[in-house]
Amino acid sequence: MRYMLLICATDGEDAGPDDGTGMTIEQWVEEYDRRGIRLEGDRFAEPSDATTVRVRGGEVLLTDGPFADTKERIAGYDLLECADLDEAIEVASKHPMARAGMVEVRPFWTG
Amino acid sequence: MNGAESAVVTVFREEWGRIVATLIRTTGDWDLAEECAQDAVAQAVARWPRDGVPRNPGAWLTTTARNHARNRLRRAGIEAGKLRELAALPDPEAPVDEAADSGIDDDRLRLMFTCCHPALPLEGRVALTLRTLAGLTTAEIARAFLVPEATMAQRLVRAKKKIRAAAIPYRVPPAHLLPERLGGVLGVVYLLFNEGYAAATGSQAIRGDLCAEAVRLARTLARLMPTAPEALGLAALLLLQDSRRAARTDADGELVPLDEQDRSRWDREMIEEGTALLDAALVRRAPGPYQVQAAIAACHATAPTSDETDWVQIAALYARLARMVPSPVVRLNRAAAVAMAEGPAVALELVRELDGSGELAGYPLLAATRADLLSRLGRTAEAARAYRAAIDQAGTDAERRLLARRLADLGPEEP
Repeated sequence: MRYMLLICATDGEDAGPDDGTGMTIEQWVEEYDRRGIRLEGDRFAEPSDATTVRVRGGEVLLTDGPFADTKERIAGYDLLECADLDEAIEVASKHPMARAGMVEVRPFWTG
Repeated sequence: MNGAESAVVTVFREEWGRIVATLIRTTGDWDLAEECAQDAVAQAVARWPRDGVPRNPGAWLTTTARNHARNRLRRAGIEAGKLRELAALPDPEAPVDEAADSGIDDDRLRLMFTCCHPALPLEGRVALTLRTLAGLTTAEIARAFLVPEATMAQRLVRAKKKIRAAAIPYRVPPAHLLPERLGGVLGVVYLLFNEGYAAATGSQAIRGDLCAEAVRLARTLARLMPTAPEALGLAALLLLQDSRRAARTDADGELVPLDEQDRSRWDREMIEEGTALLDAALVRRAPGPYQVQAAIAACHATAPTSDETDWVQIAALYARLARMVPSPVVRLNRAAAVAMAEGPAVALELVRELDGSGELAGYPLLAATRADLLSRLGRTAEAARAYRAAIDQAGTDAERRLLARRLADLGPEEP
């Protein structure tokens, strides 16, 4: 079962997640890469660098910024292959940004 | 109701959760499991009055439900080629092996943990538990929670969809997750009981069905997890509370306070079962909030008369509970026990602290407790004001009438 971890940071809060408990991001990546659970992942540029694209009436409309302008922003993602939701929750709870921000665990569409 | 019909009802109540749990494990399909269990019950209703009740009604229902599942899957399998699932089902021609059915209880436990998974919204957990484990219909659950049937149906659909779409596992959690997850399961059963017991809103004081289902689930959990002290403690607590059901309301449906209840109407068997479960929990020496609450309930249940209640012990247990569960409601209950153990003046001080903290603003029992204490201290005018506030805040008509009686009992107010 594939899950996407959407790593969420809150604007205005220090993105530095390390409060001295649990894994660092490097340790987390290494651990779950080694176990074959994390398939890939990366960090995003700032939401202010985003461009939102819509096509209406055949016309391409561009907006500066993300589609949802909220205090929370998606700072990165990690793609997981897990046995079930419990495993995905466990992996997400070990991510350092679960302590500093929050992590959404989203299963992939299975129809 | 004739013998065959009541046999169906009894077996249905006992077996529904088992059948659904097993079929979910063997087919992985929640809707199919429910439909086949329903088909089997319908078949029993049609046949038993005519052919007689089978010697082992539970096994009959289980086998029949499995046959329905096999047939449905076979039809679906021919269309969709899902032979793998078909093969996973037990051979329907094989005689019912009673010994092999001992694994079925584990299925029910799996089902409980899955229904009460913390990734589901609480209302979904409650609805799913009542539907799949207790076999209540969507309409019955909707009535119990005072929401439209469509709303309840939607909750069930969403919860089942999430279990499938997010791959919530169908299992008893591994050891490192068990304490936390068991707490969640016990919490749902406790909530069910309280919904039935207190009936926070509406005109019916006690919705006995919900209480009975919660007791049944708690008993099952205690039987399946005999080494989990809090599971035993919850079963003990619910049995001891529910033992008073017949005495809690009078012939007119009015609530009867504990000290005025006819103790001969308390259910002795439930009290004995409850205290035995509590003893079994306490010897494991891992106290928890349900065990302490059960101990408090046992103090009441075993007091021969209201005057002989061991209030000192109860007040000490509430102090202990307040340390385990930092809840203002627990502190309020402690104050009520202290009033009996040490007198209303000491208790009024505790209530004043709670009042000052503002944590229980608008909670009717806060005003009601203050009113009772003031009344015992002879401060009639203040007591009357507090009773009126409590009546304004009360959630059920029965509570309002009980408070109004107490207000009337104060007698004429001093000018």
